[in-house]
Amino acid sequence: MLAAAAPVDFVTEVKPILEQNCVSCHNAQKAKENGKFRLDVKSEAFKPHKKDNTINPGHPEDSLVYLNTQLPLSDDSHMPPKQRDQLSKAQTETLKRWIAEGANWPEGVTLKTVQRINFVRDIQPILENGGPLEAKAKDTLKLWLEQGAPWPDGLKIGGVKGGGEKPAAVAAGQTVDFVSNVKPILEAGGPLDEASKATLKLWVEQGAKWPDGVTIGVNKKAALINDIYKKILANSKEQTEAEMKAYTNTIPDTKVTYAMVPIPGGEFVMGSPSSEPGRNADEGPQHKVKIEPFWMEQCEVTWNEYELFMYPDENKPAPPTDGTTNYTSDLADAVSRPTKPYTEMSFGMGKDGYPAISMTQHGCNIYCQWLSAKTGHFYRLPTEAEWEYACRAGTTTAYFFGNDPKDLGDYAWFAENSDSKYQKVGTKKPNPWGLYDIIGNVDQWTLDQYDPDYYKTFTGTVTEPWNKATQPYPHVVRGGSWQDDADKLRSACRRGSTPDWKVQDPQLPKSVWYHTDAPFVGFRIIRPLKTPTAAEMEKYWHSGVEKD
Amino acid sequence: MTQKIVRPDFTRRDFIKTSSTIAAAAALAPGVFAANDETLKLALVGCGGRGSGAASQALSTAGPVKLVAMADVFKDRLDDSYGNLKAQHADRVDVPEENKFVGFDAYKQAIALADVVILATPPGFRPPLLEEAVRQGKNIFTEKPLAVDGPGVRKVLAAAEEAKKKNLKVGVGLQRHHQLGYLETIKRLHDGAIGDITAMRCYWNGSGVWTRARHEYEQKAGRPLTEMEYQMRNWYYFVWLCGDHIVEQHIHNLDVINWVKQGHPVKAWGMGGREVRKGLDHGEIFDHHFVEFEYADGSRCSSQCRHIPGCWDSVSEHVVGSDGICDVSGHVIRSGSPRYVQEIGSRREASWHFTTPGAKDPYQQEHDDLFAAIRNDTPYNELEYGAHSSMTAVMGRMATYSGKEISWDEALNSKIDTMPKELSWDTPPPTLPDKEGHYPVAVPGVTVAC
Repeated sequence: MLAAAAPVDFVTEVKPILEQNCVSCHNAQKAKENGKFRLDVKSEAFKPHKKDNTINPGHPEDSLVYLNTQLPLSDDSHMPPKQRDQLSKAQTETLKRWIAEGANWPEGVTLKTVQRINFVRDIQPILENGGPLEAKAKDTLKLWLEQGAPWPDGLKIGGVKGGGEKPAAVAAGQTVDFVSNVKPILEAGGPLDEASKATLKLWVEQGAKWPDGVTIGVNKKAALINDIYKKILANSKEQTEAEMKAYTNTIPDTKVTYAMVPIPGGEFVMGSPSSEPGRNADEGPQHKVKIEPFWMEQCEVTWNEYELFMYPDENKPAPPTDGTTNYTSDLADAVSRPTKPYTEMSFGMGKDGYPAISMTQHGCNIYCQWLSAKTGHFYRLPTEAEWEYACRAGTTTAYFFGNDPKDLGDYAWFAENSDSKYQKVGTKKPNPWGLYDIIGNVDQWTLDQYDPDYYKTFTGTVTEPWNKATQPYPHVVRGGSWQDDADKLRSACRRGSTPDWKVQDPQLPKSVWYHTDAPFVGFRIIRPLKTPTAAEMEKYWHSGVEKD
Repeated sequence: MTQKIVRPDFTRRDFIKTSSTIAAAAALAPGVFAANDETLKLALVGCGGRGSGAASQALSTAGPVKLVAMADVFKDRLDDSYGNLKAQHADRVDVPEENKFVGFDAYKQAIALADVVILATPPGFRPPLLEEAVRQGKNIFTEKPLAVDGPGVRKVLAAAEEAKKKNLKVGVGLQRHHQLGYLETIKRLHDGAIGDITAMRCYWNGSGVWTRARHEYEQKAGRPLTEMEYQMRNWYYFVWLCGDHIVEQHIHNLDVINWVKQGHPVKAWGMGGREVRKGLDHGEIFDHHFVEFEYADGSRCSSQCRHIPGCWDSVSEHVVGSDGICDVSGHVIRSGSPRYVQEIGSRREASWHFTTPGAKDPYQQEHDDLFAAIRNDTPYNELEYGAHSSMTAVMGRMATYSGKEISWDEALNSKIDTMPKELSWDTPPPTLPDKEGHYPVAVPGVTVAC
């Protein structure tokens, strides 16, 4: 027989649940806007809502605050809404007991919206990005500690062998030292014991100081991105659109060059009108898009460039094994490299001066990370919208040179003139903004997940749309290729990748780097004027969906 | 400009019809597995990426197949492979812990549990594994090459004879033999589409393959590797395990030329070396070979294979005949032969180009064909041509390593057996590094290679 539990305490037990899960919608403003009942002040919370009781003291079975948490997730009235973090069984039981015990809500206690902290979503990235911490990150950590510092059982941030160093205990009044007190706690993984929580609390109260350059050794990937970010910041001279000039860069330690041309920021109409010959349904509805300025590579990335990334110099001596290696001596060496393909990936179509092909979107993303580390400029794939904006170059016709494909051969390699293979880059006329082979020759990867209905989701002018990938297929490629007929080279034409592009990869698991059956797909890179944060860089370079 | 003729009358359905007619005509008396609903038990020996891929393809054939046993020398490779296969084929993978065998002898136990075995270890082990699988009377899918030296090829040829006597079905991973474009092209060449084949050339020029860095494995293991462990991990770069890339990779192209010529070369001479492949993890193999092979009718094949980034690349085969030329890998025939012109109807358009959209992935097709033969008990044994193609490539290596002319008989009867007599993690492999970690490399004119 269990001892009778102590009565539920509103302030310490119920209030946090309501503040973190309910009040962001059930407050004065939302009540005015859409008639929701309020849970932020006692006088409102106990009023019936329409015909139902919100909180009927003593009767949880007649109280929406409890009842709606018990509806199936599929029910529209289920609370919290299904796309949000859900309550645990213990939390709903607390609500039920509190109401059953009379719903005691001390006078004068009002509730405010509090962000509910989810370790994986909110805390892990902060820790993995390393320091120093931004003010917002410190607030999030504080909140997390206030909410009991939940840490999923056994979850390690990164993959370090936990339980190495023991954290030094902190005496009352002592200043918390990051390296000896905090770092070992974070590296050991969770869940945290009370002493660890107390140390972290003290650390946050003292300003969560994270010495510059100290990484918690757990997530090399994030630490690396942070270092690349710092190198890029130090290298980014251009601040305004006026300062953006075309430039040619030599990839450090090589003789290989690539050229970038400035693309002015602006607005354009994305998609095609239903009257356009050859048009597909996924090209509509047309919608206005606003794009920030960026540079785009003048030509498609060639094998000369891509093979530098594919084939690192293996004749270098092995790094010392005593752990003294510091990758920051050459950041780019720390970026992961593709496995080497077993087959010859140009399929005999030529390499010197020809576009690189058959790589996965993941391969392009990591190439961008590698080139960024190498050069100190931030490079990434374009979004689908950025690509179409650059391709159109201010035009609204089916092709950037007009509506009639009869002149296509002056600008592009496609089925009619390609002799069944790709051709050297930059040998046809460019588009008005100086981009060569922006249509034809090889399809070009973009960052977006392909969704035929994506354009239907917009109202008004959209700024920098990006349909972030959640699955390995399909991703958008644009521009058409040497295999395609004229209609596939239209500015608005869209294509999604499919698993068939790897069907002849004889290995299991299939490579995340190569599409053995897509000798028509390549890419070109862009460099936005505005340098993103390290966390944003990670999103551009690591979509996390590369595995089939 | 090439005249390209797409023949709309030719479809994959016709092909299946033709080949199954042949198969039915050749069928033997009811044999080992008559029932299509019988579950075939599969064992995987050699659990790398390709072995796992081959197992996945075997598990994707028609009719019930179940993976019941796995063997590898490395437990981590076996575990990864098991995880990947289980994720892909949950219902068709049933390998309890006691059927996961680890070690140099593990293959024997795994083979014993199966009806069909997949042999996908590094090539050096193929001869003893094939011997054992045939001894145990199992059907086999084996990856290429089948051997890396003369004694190995002799063992495989003996196993081929034994397998025929036992009516075992054996598929060899030279998948071009199951690729529709090759089948149709070479059928036409054998029909005399370009007359007598008088000159051949083939290439596997690419940028090179993976390396497994010693320091990375040592870091992971937290201790130095024994030399045997290291070479088994980084097997591509050691002749006793891999045969050099002319054997491991270029065999595909040499095999196509043998197929076109319906025979094997009788002698070879050539040159090769190591121009850029000089790292500590590059073992002893060359990075380029050029070989001329002479066939019994006096025709010659020039063969190039290269593993150097940034060069002219091609993986292809081409032949010249008395009445025309053929890009075998591109499946294009340009012919002046009266017979051939008759077939396609017009002398002006005397060019044929194979195109069949949707022709099946040859890696899947080779398993579909093998398993169909097992279920229907039709003759199926690819070991002999596989052994001859392996020997051809080995003979090429002997020619480039030694710098001398090598005859087929010398190569086949070579006494140089690269396989160590005993295998354990502490056995020193046949080739060892010097103090700086570099391995001795063949020197043409000095090295005895045959």
